[in-house]
Amino acid sequence: MRKYVPKDNVQKKSYYTDRFHVVPNTPRFDVSTDEVFAQQLETLSAKVEVKRAEIQLGAMIVEINAEDNFKALEILKNECDYAMLSEMSAVDYLAKDGEFEVFYQMLNLKDVKRMRLVMRIKEGQAVESVVPLYKSANFAEREMFDMFGIKSNNHPFMKRILMPDDWEGHPLLKTYPLQGDEFASWYEVDKIFGKDAREAIGPENRDQSRIDRYDTKRFSRLGYEVPFGADISEGENPTPIEYSKTFLVDYQKADGVKPAEHRK
Amino acid sequence: MAQHQVNYASTAGLPIALTTVDHLVNWGRSNSLWPLTYGLACCAIEMMASGASRYDFDRMGTIFRASPRQSDVMILAGTLSKKHSEFARRLYDQMTEPKWVISMGSCANTGGMFNTYATVQGVDRIIPVDIYLPGCAPRPETLQYALMMLQKKIRRESANMNNNTKQNLRLV
Repeated sequence: MRKYVPKDNVQKKSYYTDRFHVVPNTPRFDVSTDEVFAQQLETLSAKVEVKRAEIQLGAMIVEINAEDNFKALEILKNECDYAMLSEMSAVDYLAKDGEFEVFYQMLNLKDVKRMRLVMRIKEGQAVESVVPLYKSANFAEREMFDMFGIKSNNHPFMKRILMPDDWEGHPLLKTYPLQGDEFASWYEVDKIFGKDAREAIGPENRDQSRIDRYDTKRFSRLGYEVPFGADISEGENPTPIEYSKTFLVDYQKADGVKPAEHRK
Repeated sequence: MAQHQVNYASTAGLPIALTTVDHLVNWGRSNSLWPLTYGLACCAIEMMASGASRYDFDRMGTIFRASPRQSDVMILAGTLSKKHSEFARRLYDQMTEPKWVISMGSCANTGGMFNTYATVQGVDRIIPVDIYLPGCAPRPETLQYALMMLQKKIRRESANMNNNTKQNLRLV
């Protein structure tokens, strides 16, 4: 017989654990194993200090100093044919290392190669904007500022892109709570009605499964409809099904429509 | 609507129907509910399907309008983000009285699966809602049923909106 497991709170806690899951370990190769990458790394390291270089999943990963990002991308674009900046953003390693990792995901259409340029920056440190090199960096750098608070120097329009302009906090930081902080939870109320309305509207209710059987202001039972706000603690009566009214004329009845000759 | 049904054949064809002002006004209101075209997320696809030929909202006198000033019903179809909540309230304010609101789908009702910082946890925090329509996303039949329930509600109301005990957020 199967072991009994209480199921009344399964939605509140995760009941599934994969005992046999093994965290995949990405194999790393030396850059010299790939001819094209080795050539590109040589070009890059001649002018920029390279701290780390390896190949993971067919893409080269190069770590540089944060001050060299514009220079490195210029070399990669003009001399190594990385024509596209597919994506750029940051990763929050503040809790682990006290640093952000900013990455630039690049695509070489000529040699069909992908590479990632990564660099570590401290909290509050700004990076140089690469918009003059890649137009796609415009929105990406704004998103990086919006989500992490990392500013880009010399950006043409350094402004939030996803969150409202008057938002407080940077949501993709690991320290930012998923369900929002005090500011976030009252944002729409404060903005539309003002802070005075907080008490009348009340805090957010995030319990999705909350049902109050006797609350007729928010809930109703199909087939047992009662007026808004009625007291049903004593029980309620079933509501009969209503059909729309139809005009029916019985043509067979003597009283009904008379034939045309009788109307004269 | 007619309280006193007239048999035109037996009353010598007199076109008379007796009723009350409430019934007459509510007959007009409930049978020409014009919703605002206001799709926020995937529920909007179902709302569009309800308006299209297969489910055919037009036969119920429900014609989608592209302006809040011509609309009676606001169907909030989808996830309302906090950034957008200001504009949703502004559109609601621009609608002329009498107006009703249908909150369509789990996201609009309670925030749904978006239990996050950026989603309004139920549109009733900013707009008074008449009908909460469950589903993710609700089928067009469900939206039709919601609209029919709203018609039923309107027919029960007093024609003078000031007499209605309508839950309303009159805070500003």
